Amino acid sequence: MNISYIILIPAIPLVVFLLLGIFNQRIKPSVSGYVGVFGLLASALMSIYAAYQYFFVSGNVDGVFQTFSQKTVWMNFTDSLHIDMGILIDPISVMMLIVVSVVSLMVHIYSRGYMKGDDGYTKFFAFLSLFTFSMFGLVLATNLFQIYIFWELVGVSSYLLIGYYYTKTSAIAAAKKAFVVTRFADFGFLIGILIVGYYTGTFDFETLNNPEGSAILNWASSSFMGLSALTWALILIFMGGAGKSAMFPLHIWLPDAMEGPTPVSALIHAATMVVAGIFLVARLFPMYYFVDNGFVLNIVTYVGAFSALFAAIIAITQTDIKRVLAFSTMSQLGYMMLALGVSGYDGHEGVGFMASMFHLFTHAMFKALLFLGAGSVIHAVHSNYLKDMGGLRKYMPITNTTFLIAALAISGVPPFAGFWSKDEILVAAFEQDKLIYFVGVFVAGLTAFYMFRIYFGIFWGKDNTYEHTPKESPLSMTFPLLVLAFLSMTVGFIPFSEFISPNKVGFEAHLNYPLAAVATVVGLIGIALAWVFYKKENSLADKWAIGFGMFYKWTSNKFYFDEIYMFVAKKIFFKRVSEPIAKFDRKYVDGTMVGIGNTTVGTSKKIKGLQSGRVQDYAFAFIAGAVVIGLVFIYFWT
Amino acid sequence: MDFSNFLLMRFEVILLAVILLLIIGEIFITQAKKDAVIHLAIFLFGIHTAVGFFNLDDGSLFGGMYRTNTLIQCFKSILNVGVLILLLQSGDWIQEKIMKHGRGTEFFVLLFSSLFGMYFMISSGDFLMFYLGLELSTLPVAGLAAYETTKRISSEAGIKLILSAAMASGTALMGISLLYATSGSIYFSDVITAISPDSLTILGFVLFFSGLAFKISLVPFHFWTADVYEGSPIAIASYLSVISKGAAVFILMILLFTVLKPLIGIWEKLLYIIAIATMFIGNLFALRQQNMKRFLAYSSIAQAGFILLGLIIGNQLGAATVIYFVLIYIFSNLAAFGVVQAISLQTGKELMSDYEGLYRTNPNLSLIMMLALFSLAGIPPVAGFFGKFFLFTAAASEGYYFLVFLAVVNVTISLYYYLLVVRAMFLRKSNNAIPYFKNKIYMRLGLLITVIGILILGIYSPLYEYIYELSINLQ
Repeated sequence: MNISYIILIPAIPLVVFLLLGIFNQRIKPSVSGYVGVFGLLASALMSIYAAYQYFFVSGNVDGVFQTFSQKTVWMNFTDSLHIDMGILIDPISVMMLIVVSVVSLMVHIYSRGYMKGDDGYTKFFAFLSLFTFSMFGLVLATNLFQIYIFWELVGVSSYLLIGYYYTKTSAIAAAKKAFVVTRFADFGFLIGILIVGYYTGTFDFETLNNPEGSAILNWASSSFMGLSALTWALILIFMGGAGKSAMFPLHIWLPDAMEGPTPVSALIHAATMVVAGIFLVARLFPMYYFVDNGFVLNIVTYVGAFSALFAAIIAITQTDIKRVLAFSTMSQLGYMMLALGVSGYDGHEGVGFMASMFHLFTHAMFKALLFLGAGSVIHAVHSNYLKDMGGLRKYMPITNTTFLIAALAISGVPPFAGFWSKDEILVAAFEQDKLIYFVGVFVAGLTAFYMFRIYFGIFWGKDNTYEHTPKESPLSMTFPLLVLAFLSMTVGFIPFSEFISPNKVGFEAHLNYPLAAVATVVGLIGIALAWVFYKKENSLADKWAIGFGMFYKWTSNKFYFDEIYMFVAKKIFFKRVSEPIAKFDRKYVDGTMVGIGNTTVGTSKKIKGLQSGRVQDYAFAFIAGAVVIGLVFIYFWT
Repeated sequence: MDFSNFLLMRFEVILLAVILLLIIGEIFITQAKKDAVIHLAIFLFGIHTAVGFFNLDDGSLFGGMYRTNTLIQCFKSILNVGVLILLLQSGDWIQEKIMKHGRGTEFFVLLFSSLFGMYFMISSGDFLMFYLGLELSTLPVAGLAAYETTKRISSEAGIKLILSAAMASGTALMGISLLYATSGSIYFSDVITAISPDSLTILGFVLFFSGLAFKISLVPFHFWTADVYEGSPIAIASYLSVISKGAAVFILMILLFTVLKPLIGIWEKLLYIIAIATMFIGNLFALRQQNMKRFLAYSSIAQAGFILLGLIIGNQLGAATVIYFVLIYIFSNLAAFGVVQAISLQTGKELMSDYEGLYRTNPNLSLIMMLALFSLAGIPPVAGFFGKFFLFTAAASEGYYFLVFLAVVNVTISLYYYLLVVRAMFLRKSNNAIPYFKNKIYMRLGLLITVIGILILGIYSPLYEYIYELSINLQ
């Protein structure tokens, strides 16, 4: 398969970014919007073509999906250890190309309406393109180092986009928080990469992931504190993934990141960047599975399951609709993680891996739709809070319908997309670990409940009186909603297991009717409860909140995690550790340095006289220098 | 010798043709259209530079007096690129300041003649050719240093340069005579086999070395540098610090690594001491300079000290890192001098205090200057970082830990004074900051190329690998 054209998929957004970035002020906003949209349209079309080529024409040889790669050496350390730059084409990278390009294209189109009239319109599109470029680079990376480079680029563009409203203090703080927290996690990631490089002598995914390769076979060759070195490396790499994918306890940045413009939340904090952590684990899945017999996958499972439950509980109590969606994203990401964690490798055992990728795919569609729908609502009522909404179905019919479709999809109601992928996850969990399965089912119910809580709250509920009558958003915003709604209804029917599996051999997955029925019923119960509580304005919800008392308060304050972090950072770390060090630094280290500096400058002053400006002095120095050196070498150093 | 052999001297032949064309051209170009000489010179030299990249066979001429190989071709091309950038940066200056007096052509003829001398110096196969090249490369520059005849300081620079240079080349010639006396030949190929570290040879070598050390401005042969840079036109200061120094480093490297290899026990120690002295003296003097040209003069002395770290290890790795460092140094220093020249041409200001608040009025120039200084200081990710990094790792890999430690100390000192300029431009406010001005097309092009170089050279690793492959020629 000829894959050389695929380099254009990331290259086009990069060119668009450079164009819009360099000619920022000189481009009319109307033009820059089109440049961004058409650039991404080209990338999206190529991605779809690449997927068609790969999955249906030349990717599958004798039932096994091939891996294609093209790379050049970028930096050479030793003969085997070098950093390459290139592109890697295999089922999951092709799938990610589709996810990133489609969602990004929709967000680009949507932003033309949403950001209209904003001062930094061109800048916004430039940043969007930078992000899309980085994300493409991340999914196409051929080795750990390349993925790390793009990983950080994604982080930077996310920082730029969260802090896009840079005059708002809260946006700046949120951008910083997101960057620092994910950077902290990336520190683990980097150490993990270096350990892998040191013990296996390669960064290359193909070499690392080969189940017959030396990296996997010799995993036990060196150990550290009871675990093998590679096990530690994988734990640290997972730490990086957990940071980006907002897994507990590194999740605290995600809710705050909602300070960015809503299209950004849809693109970065729902569909693409946050799944980078899932993608990373999936990318190294053979290593996770074989090294230490899958020990690290247990961690992945439990972190994922706990995050899913934890976030779903918090989501119920939030009043800012974007924050509800943020916690919902975290919860669904936990789902994907736990699916990876319970997955096997061969044949039908790989259903967890497949389900995780499947859910990643469907979730990208309906979560982007939810965010864009929320954006449409926010655009109409100029508020993020549920209390300012209600009864909007009359004013915004398209937004209402598409939001409902997305809510049904995420709640796992057949035949919408979320039903199919969630079912596969539950099947995988059921086969592996019953406890995880029950958590999954419970979270499914909670998901349906909080999702319909905001649905009813926004579009039904009390009939708010509005200062400005809300009206439906323009076509540039409703068109992406319609496209994504269509996708949210249909992508569930893709037979994912035939395309994506851990060992790259397709298998048949069947609907497990009893499990599917249980999940559906739980979901419907959640919806029904939401119906009772929120369909019409009533005091039932408040009474229950009072009934839960302290627990409700804790939950709505996100279990005080931000406060705990702040306490640890400020009261313990800053006060007990940083301050004494800072004092020592100022007094002794700085003092020494200042002393050295003063001596240097003093010497400089003293020797100034050597440069007299007279040629005869220079000549003397020249000859004297030559003669002295000559004599020294002849008489002392031979 | 048939014609195809003759074409081994392609660089020299074409450059000579360019010089002659310019001289003849001057006769035909009318007084009213004198500026055309500038365009013609830049155009012709651009072609010459481009042709230089084409494949050239290895070989030697005139019974071994002249030789060329891919490495030597690479050296010449590096110098060509540097000179081309320099021409672009000084085109406006010639037009505005020099053409008025009707003396534009001589500038190019002298400059090219000097470069012509460098070609022969680098390509030399015996000491005689080397000496002729050395002289030819220096003498025209003395004329150029004194080019601004209306300025007393410029004449002083010319006189100082010619006197110092005369003494340096006299010393070198003395050294060559002694080497001839002990080895019985002036051909490099014969000297290699005949040379041995006896007293007379050592004396000859030291004297010879001081002649080249003068051109690279190593301590204690550096005294002329600051005075001459300060007095000369900026284009010439730039030429001396970049092209002239680069060419001298290249030939010194060729000689040390091949002809004088038997003396490695001697020059290893010699370079060790001189490297330390040069880095410290250059940096300590640079600390207190207010005039930008003097400032860059001392900074370039300190940079020369770093170069010795690569020379000292005397193998392929050392050669590659030195060439790479010099290439990056050429781009960085040309960028710095280019900005100084642009500002001096528009406003006549050359002091560091004049640069205060420059970022507010001329953000682009300030950013270029910042990039250049960061590259000279070796701050990642600009090219200068990689140049220094490779150089230091090469020296450390051969066990020169103490020398590398001293070099790092010096990098720290240099960081301080480079940042002084950055601080003046970005952090200081000034009521009489240099007002905004627009550069002409040549200057903009000249600066643009250097910026691209500074940004790309460090990251584009095939370049370093290519240089490393070429350096095998020095074994």
